[in-house]
Amino acid sequence: MGQVIIRDFEIPANDFTVAGEASSTVRKLLVQLGVAPDKIKRTAIAMYEAEINAVIHGHGGKAHVEISGDKITIVISDEGPGIEDLDLAMQEGYSTAPDSIREMGFGAGMGLPNMKKHADELDIRTEKGKGTVVTITVYF
Amino acid sequence: MTIKEMMETLGLRLAAGPEGMLDREITGVYCCDLISHAMAKLDSGNVWITVHTNLNVVAVASLTDAACVVVPENIEIEEQSINRANEKQVLMLSSDKTAAELSFEMISRIRKAE
Ligand SMILES: Nc1ncnc2c1ncn2[C@@H]1O[C@H](COP(=O)(O)OP(=O)(O)OP(=O)(O)O)[C@@H](O)[C@H]1O
Ligand SMILES: [Mg+2]
Repeated sequence: MGQVIIRDFEIPANDFTVAGEASSTVRKLLVQLGVAPDKIKRTAIAMYEAEINAVIHGHGGKAHVEISGDKITIVISDEGPGIEDLDLAMQEGYSTAPDSIREMGFGAGMGLPNMKKHADELDIRTEKGKGTVVTITVYF
Repeated sequence: MTIKEMMETLGLRLAAGPEGMLDREITGVYCCDLISHAMAKLDSGNVWITVHTNLNVVAVASLTDAACVVVPENIEIEEQSINRANEKQVLMLSSDKTAAELSFEMISRIRKAE
């Protein structure tokens, strides 16, 4: 894997017919590239959670993915409401998901903790009223 | 134990997904209706027991490489999920048993087979 592989995805707001498709495409790509299964698993968990948060909380957004020989970097950005208290949001069980979203099985408040646990590096830039940028790195 | 053997012993019905995948070996059982828990806990080859039948279940089963989704208590599976499961090659099975009964019976049988 000499060169860097780049992929970009649109993440539509509140559209569950395509939610998870970006993560699914990236997972398949990593399988094709022969990346170790546990690295693929951690990447899939972290990216899926960030993607779904953009769908549900961020009014939709974008994913930018770069894969090189030794790592994958995933940037998921949205122009949604931002996260008012990031320390609070990072706590297990904290969720503002409305009932309609909870009915589908979301809203455990485990998405951000899952990202933290499974990414090697997690960087979250968020501003109230402006949006959120989540950067996930997993080393192979 | 394969998915097919589990289906026969527990009387599970095939609701969606490719029959060609029924010979896959089951590696474990996970039962939870919270998507983020399932995403983190499901391992490749696991059975996922959940009452949810929405599209996100198909996406998570596919992303985690679960062996199959088992829907308890004869809960009707959303048609769009059946179509998506067929597309994504995700097996969805249906049962009249409760999630607790299914978990107990599956885990007992897997332990016995080991
Ligand atoms: N992209 C985002 N934009 C705005 N708010 C966000 C975003 N991501 C997370 N949040 C806020 O942080 C909270 C916690 O997020 P987290 O992913 O941990 O849980 P959740 O999405 O509510 O539930 P789960 O992920 O377990 O289904 C959310 O409920 C929401 O208030
Ligand atoms: Mg979340």
